[in-house]
Amino acid sequence: MKKSRDDYLTLFFISIIGFYILISLAFPMYAILSKSFENKDGDFIGFENYQSYFENSSLVYSIYNSLFVSIVTMVITISLAFVFAYALTKSRMAGKGVFRSIAMIPILVPSLLSGISLIYLFGKQGIFRELLMGYEIYGPIGIIIAEVFYTFPHALLIIVTALSIGDARLYEAAKVLRSKSIRTFFTVTLPSAKYGVISAAFVVFTLVITDFGIPKVIGGNYNVLAVDVYKQVIGQQNFEMGAVVSMVLVFPALIAFAVDRIVQRKQVAILTSRSVVHEPNESKTFDRIMFGYCSVISVLILTILGMCLYASLVTFWPYNLTLSLKNYQFDLMDGGGWDSYYNSIRMASYTAVFGTIAVFAGAYFVEKARSLKTGRSILHLLSMMPMAIPGLVLGLAYIFFFNHPDNPLNFLYGTMAILVICTITHFYTVSHLTALTSLKQIDNEFEHVSSSLKQPFYKTFFRVTVPISLPAIFEIGIYFFVNAMTTVSAVVFLYSSKTTLASVAVLNMDDAGDIAPAAAMGMMIFYTNAAVRIVYVLITKKILVRFQNWRLKTA
Amino acid sequence: MEQYLSVKNVAKYFGKFQALNNINFDVNEGEFVCILGPSGCGKTTLLRVIAGLESQSEGTIQQNNNDISLLPPDQRDFGIVFQSYALFPNLTVKDNISFGLKTRKQNRNEIDSRVDELLKLVGLSDHINKYSAQLSGGEQQRVALARALAPSPGLLLLDEPLSALDAKVRQHLRLEIKNLQKQLGVTTIMVTHDQEEALTMADRIILMNNGVIEQEGSPQDIYSKPTTAFSANFIGTTNLFKAKKISSNSIEIHGSVLECNDNINDDVSTVTIRPEDIKISDSGEGKNILSGTIKELEFLGSNIRGHIEVNFESDKAIVLCNFAAEFIQNKNIQTNASINISLQPHAIKIVKE
Ligand SMILES: Nc1ncnc2c1ncn2[C@@H]1O[C@H](COP(=O)(O)OP(=O)(O)O)[C@@H](O)[C@H]1O
Ligand SMILES: [Mg+2]
Repeated sequence: MKKSRDDYLTLFFISIIGFYILISLAFPMYAILSKSFENKDGDFIGFENYQSYFENSSLVYSIYNSLFVSIVTMVITISLAFVFAYALTKSRMAGKGVFRSIAMIPILVPSLLSGISLIYLFGKQGIFRELLMGYEIYGPIGIIIAEVFYTFPHALLIIVTALSIGDARLYEAAKVLRSKSIRTFFTVTLPSAKYGVISAAFVVFTLVITDFGIPKVIGGNYNVLAVDVYKQVIGQQNFEMGAVVSMVLVFPALIAFAVDRIVQRKQVAILTSRSVVHEPNESKTFDRIMFGYCSVISVLILTILGMCLYASLVTFWPYNLTLSLKNYQFDLMDGGGWDSYYNSIRMASYTAVFGTIAVFAGAYFVEKARSLKTGRSILHLLSMMPMAIPGLVLGLAYIFFFNHPDNPLNFLYGTMAILVICTITHFYTVSHLTALTSLKQIDNEFEHVSSSLKQPFYKTFFRVTVPISLPAIFEIGIYFFVNAMTTVSAVVFLYSSKTTLASVAVLNMDDAGDIAPAAAMGMMIFYTNAAVRIVYVLITKKILVRFQNWRLKTA
Repeated sequence: MEQYLSVKNVAKYFGKFQALNNINFDVNEGEFVCILGPSGCGKTTLLRVIAGLESQSEGTIQQNNNDISLLPPDQRDFGIVFQSYALFPNLTVKDNISFGLKTRKQNRNEIDSRVDELLKLVGLSDHINKYSAQLSGGEQQRVALARALAPSPGLLLLDEPLSALDAKVRQHLRLEIKNLQKQLGVTTIMVTHDQEEALTMADRIILMNNGVIEQEGSPQDIYSKPTTAFSANFIGTTNLFKAKKISSNSIEIHGSVLECNDNINDDVSTVTIRPEDIKISDSGEGKNILSGTIKELEFLGSNIRGHIEVNFESDKAIVLCNFAAEFIQNKNIQTNASINISLQPHAIKIVKE
């Protein structure tokens, strides 16, 4: 068939977005891969670097350590989150909304903030250090507790979704057959949530094994892969070895990614259009137990956050406990001062705006374009790749790619732009999937109607698709903003003295021993993200409703 | 009448699966053509090929003497109404209808008056500022129709436009759409699986099955002169029998030799007899008389359908006949009564397997 103007425009935009992902992901990944096969002078030396890596027992031991903390965290987080999700979806306890909000708090803070909090709680001068009965918080124990805190909401979200799509008809059948609650749980609940649980497990595993903030802050001498990458690059300036460790780190992340994708596909198939939402029935005892459980978890989460808040306000821990804002005088410390905070706000705003535009447009073409079937599949594949790459690896790859003297994009190095690009790419996939899900709910015939009416596709896009998708678009924007505020790993190699960031400042101030100011900066990130979330809720409640009155049944 | 659209040798494959097989037909200017067939037979695919939303694997399509086979949809001249209506939910009725008018360099007043005209045409003038969620199914359907007609397309394509509505609204809209089409004289192709819809609305029916055209013709012809067993069976209710040639004007069914009017070819294999063409013959007069027993009487309103076990020469077989309800009452005919029927020669129609 002949190409219409729409087809050329589609090709043009698909190419731009595809090219963006190539430059921001594929080329840098190629650069880091080839770096791992080079010596200091840039000559190809085959597997020599890998050989020396595997001959270095302390480095290899990190693999074991990384797997250990990742798997233990995975088991603990999934167990805790499953019961919590079960309470939220299958009980009639009071306060579900509050519990849910509290459980989401860890998403709003940089991961390493929980590490800092643990230092105040269980460290050498910690309030509860006796509770550890002589064990050190610095090391695997601290890492695991902090990682559980950090990964809890991620697992919770996935499992809640999986549990709430369990088909009510199965529950009714179970009841009719007088199946005991316990049996119903094992024959109905668990199987239908199975894929959600597996998926959550792999997400947690990936988050932990690629996280470097927490082990950096509270790991002590306990080495893990992610910190090795950082140390090789920042500490020893051994970029080649950094590249090798990165590749070792990418490996389990890739496997987890592949498994997750396979499992997700199965999960979708379960959710048929005929599924009916299950309404839990009342059981006072069960509800009380669940309420108690969620209260305990919530108190633990609030304790970790509250400890940071308190520590940030105490004048000089533990000797002068009067409250003051002394720790918020960031300009007096290393780490970039208040400028870091403002840079973060700018970076997060740019990321939210440009990231949302790129993601939504990309998802639109993947889902709705009429022509270019192959091009669209390629774009979708490209859009899925960022999820498989740990932020730290992506950041290091950017050094190799963008800092290369022959690269015409070299001028980006050290600018705000490269931070934005890296962050958008790092969080691209999840946003892409959110956009796709929302677009799939829109009638595909809209595009056909408008081409029969001789209207260009962008008219339909701006007048119909975007207005209908506003809730999802805001959701994506917020996701980008919040994550850009908290991310450390994706940007820690890329900031310059002019573009220091709040989350990196937390890391650097902690490194310099200014733990209280680090906690204070972490809390600034929390206040900001919480405020953005609250404003978002108000916007969706008040303003969006006004623009969306077409959803109402009556005029 | 002038030929407006011409579909020639069109085939469509989805991978290895052939959805359309050598489709040929013409549509005259101003004609209302229904593509009728069971679900999954390829009707929608054919409509989408005509619209350019799907590209044909083989064959050509001419519209208004231009070859449009390779044109993308936005360079073809048609308006379309989908089964889902696909009304833009965030736009008012007015904005939906005027959606296709904006680029045509018409000024605001012209557009407004065109929208008013269309709303009057479909009888929705009071709903101009409503959103689709606030309209009934029938109203949404009419907005979709008005939107498709707004740019005055040369060809109107309708894909099962009434299937989502309940029976009453559907009957009403059938007439309305038909009248509208006559009034505007727009060439129209409608896809439907509902034979009654096709029979009442179409100037001409194209009957499809398994990706091929079984028969095409006026509703009367399709009904009274089915050429294939499928046509006879799909439209209305009928009796189908295996048949053998006896002479140039007689055949054999289940061992009984019956006279018929059709000229009999050697390869006769199937005949059809409509239930309403079978007469009761009390006196035993008339041609092709057979005796039988009433097994069941089915109430159809003004008619009653008898399921009659007929004693053919070699075995018994159920034959459906329609009687006037009055007749059954007057004669006090009951189940298990014996009855003589006449399979009149002109009612026996030879069809292809
Ligand atoms: N995009 C497609 N890919 C593969 N098969 C298809 C596609 N569209 C339709 N088909 C198949 O072609 C056949 C005809 O479909 P369709 O034209 O929608 O039937 P109808 O409208 O007559 O119900 C069906 O068997 C359907 O499964
Ligand atoms: Mg169809």
